[in-house]
Amino acid sequence: MRLNRKDILGIEDLSVEELETILSTAESFKEVSTREIKKVPTLRGKTIINLFYEASTRTRTSFEIAAKRMSADAVNISVSTSSVVKGETLKDTAKNLEAMKPDCIVIRHSSSGAPHGIAGYVGCSVINAGDGNHEHPSQALLDMLTVREHKKSLAGLKLAIIGDVKHSRVARSNIYGFTKLGASVVVCGPATMLPPGIEALGCKATVNVEDALRDADVVMMLRIQLERSKGADFPNAREYSRLYGLDDVKLRKAKKDVLILHPGPMNRGVEISAEVADGPYSLILDQVTNGVAVRMALFYLLLGTSREDAPKAI
Amino acid sequence: MELTIIRGGTLVDPATGTNGLYNVYISGERIASIRPFESDTIDPSPGLTIIEAKGRFVLPGLIDVHTHLREPGYEYKETIQSGAMAGAAGGFTTVLCMANTKPVNDCEAVTRQIIEKAGKAVVNVLPIGALSHGMKGERLTEMHELKSAGCVAISDDGMPVANAGLMRTALEYAGGVNLTVISHAETPELASNGVMNEGAVSTRMGLAGIPNAAEDAMAARDIQLAELTGARLHVAHVSTAGAVALIRSAKGRGAKNITAEATPHHLTLDHEAVGGYNTNAKMNPPLRSMKDVQALRAGIADGTIDCIATDHAPHSTIEKDVEFDKAANGVIGLETAFSLIYGLVLQGAFELDKAIAAMTINPAMAFGLAKGTLRVGSIADITIVNPSRTWTVSPATLKSKSKNTPFIGKELKAVVEKTIVNGKIVYDNPE
Amino acid sequence: MKVRQVMDAKSIDRAVARIAHEILERNKGAEGVIILGIPTRGYHLALRLQACIASIEGVSVPVGAVDATLYRDDLGIKKDQPSLKRMEIPIAVDGSVVVMVDDVLFTGRTIRAAIDALMDFGRPHSIQLAVLVDRGHRQLPIKADYVGKNLPTSLKEGVKVHLVEVDGVSEAVVEPCD
Repeated sequence: MRLNRKDILGIEDLSVEELETILSTAESFKEVSTREIKKVPTLRGKTIINLFYEASTRTRTSFEIAAKRMSADAVNISVSTSSVVKGETLKDTAKNLEAMKPDCIVIRHSSSGAPHGIAGYVGCSVINAGDGNHEHPSQALLDMLTVREHKKSLAGLKLAIIGDVKHSRVARSNIYGFTKLGASVVVCGPATMLPPGIEALGCKATVNVEDALRDADVVMMLRIQLERSKGADFPNAREYSRLYGLDDVKLRKAKKDVLILHPGPMNRGVEISAEVADGPYSLILDQVTNGVAVRMALFYLLLGTSREDAPKAI
Repeated sequence: MELTIIRGGTLVDPATGTNGLYNVYISGERIASIRPFESDTIDPSPGLTIIEAKGRFVLPGLIDVHTHLREPGYEYKETIQSGAMAGAAGGFTTVLCMANTKPVNDCEAVTRQIIEKAGKAVVNVLPIGALSHGMKGERLTEMHELKSAGCVAISDDGMPVANAGLMRTALEYAGGVNLTVISHAETPELASNGVMNEGAVSTRMGLAGIPNAAEDAMAARDIQLAELTGARLHVAHVSTAGAVALIRSAKGRGAKNITAEATPHHLTLDHEAVGGYNTNAKMNPPLRSMKDVQALRAGIADGTIDCIATDHAPHSTIEKDVEFDKAANGVIGLETAFSLIYGLVLQGAFELDKAIAAMTINPAMAFGLAKGTLRVGSIADITIVNPSRTWTVSPATLKSKSKNTPFIGKELKAVVEKTIVNGKIVYDNPE
Repeated sequence: MKVRQVMDAKSIDRAVARIAHEILERNKGAEGVIILGIPTRGYHLALRLQACIASIEGVSVPVGAVDATLYRDDLGIKKDQPSLKRMEIPIAVDGSVVVMVDDVLFTGRTIRAAIDALMDFGRPHSIQLAVLVDRGHRQLPIKADYVGKNLPTSLKEGVKVHLVEVDGVSEAVVEPCD
């Protein structure tokens, strides 16, 4: 068992087999975080750099904890403290970091495709921790893991993703992931938030929230970026909330045992009501717990074996 | 007098309807005689040079009405000299260079500076003046002065003229001084922060898209204004099926003052070429869908699109080796243009004569240049191409200072073997 | 060289029964004993030992699994990553006598890793090692306390234990290495 790849850049290019491998490995890693001593020596001596060009508490912390629980050394670089402010290009930054011989660079960047650029510049592994509006593979993997724990399998499930799909890397990664594992996915939001050709990713799209929620097994609410309401994507938070905000009434359309996901951070009262967020089917905190396990699994699968180019031990 | 004979090549000159085997006699800088190969006997005489052209196309020197030579101001990307060398290597004997230099070519002084440098370049370099001062879209340039200094057209290319009133005034005024206005047809509010074609590919890649409507709406406006004013309008780098249809219908209404161009890259690639976040496939207008590509080809085939122009836009790795959304727009095109277009001819996209016309006589007519055809007595600007040779696009051999092309590594048909400007060989690439 | 059977189902049963007796004898009963198998087959041997001890003493000792994978020293060398197995420590190990069970004892590296893994869960009073087959060639100073069969082998040979619970047949075989 291994992932025969250097980088994790997106769910789009992962096979079903690879997804299953990552998820089952992550399941095993959950146990480590329940121990008194939450640390295994597996990646001792490995160096992981978290290179974050965008603010993120949850994802960065999750990657950092995952690295540390595997005994790897984790170094965090965030945009405000790095030389980016001095005008260094992404390529120069990547090359300079590579010269310090890390084993893996985890990158979060506001430009779609930035991790692909880095992966081309450096020889070490690269994990995409979210790029622009493109992909956020570790988030989708933890979402899949969370749902799989409750529903055994994703095959045949209906997932409704509601919100600003256009600007959501979480939506794109989950569309790929859930459909690859046999679920059907419907995305829903105001027409301004449904990008053209989204169906080509393998999902259905609708502006009607009741259609999206009808018989849904899983509902994933996307964070609404309130600053976008200043543009023309939607008139204001009140109208958005009335039409697309998830509350107990709308949720009755879904299946009785529906599961609620949210990638966080939530705008309570806008895209999700407090009752739903704190309700019995909300898995929002499970998602966070599973995030660490998924990221440990990714580190293990990428860094735990020798690569073809590595010197052979005798 | 020195005499050079280009012997036995296939002379293709759409302006005269010629397509056959001829010997072309060059005396000094002019064409002395054009004789059918079959019936011609060449008397050996001292000072006679013979260029053997059997199996080659002998063409009127190619004309590119849309290049960015970056001088003055961005000499690290390209200079007039290096751009002219790239043009010569691509078979172009005349190139028009856009005004978005630093400073912008919006006054006589800058034009004169360009003309002076152009005098030392290996091909004819003719400047295009800006439409508005600083290309800011606010105040008209002194078009008469620009023309006297040597500008052959007017354009704010790179920046759309957002203000319809200004565009109307520009067309009226330019018409009065007999200059063609080139429109960069893009509605800024619709293009917004887009970095590629809007569609399934931009959605998949998570990149902001530019809808076809951004071009269609502005092309429609400018066509209306051209019809209103009667001035000569040239629509640059048409990329959408909608714009092709708008131009076709204007021409169908009898609008003789409207011409248009398409680039070799828009004619050959669709938006899938952006895959992998390839910044060398990022340009404005963006690569569109295959449906648009097909419409552009049909536009060349039926004459709706008059010209093939490269929009040669050199950028260094400083602008291109960065995140996709931060990368500069534009690709170089002078050296690959003929081969790409010939490849389309071989695929049956359009006839060879149509393609040659779009690179010779049509651009000459659109901008009132006394070029683009080979007649006895005319200046000897000639391009000789070997259609059976192939070459591989490689940064090491490109003459342009910049290497930003999506065709790196591609093997292409047809090699420009000789470029002759004013009777002199300025580029020679024998087999 | 072909595959050669060195233990059949009967002899495995006898060996397990004898080890169960030895464990009880050495620890003066089953008090404070925990049996932890190394997955996959070590865990099933642990279950068999539990059953034997139950039939001899009438008590059920706790059984669990200790997966050494994350503690291995060859992860950076192997091309193929071992998949993670069960880690199941049924009760606190502090102060107890842990009998670790594996099917084949070879270099000792797996046992070293398993001891390290176990130590992360607590501080047992002592750790004893039971193996069905000891084939020699130790690379670490590790010795089994209970051995089903000592089997001198060549490094050109491999030793495999099959158990009916996992493989449909119970036997130990020696086979040529690839």
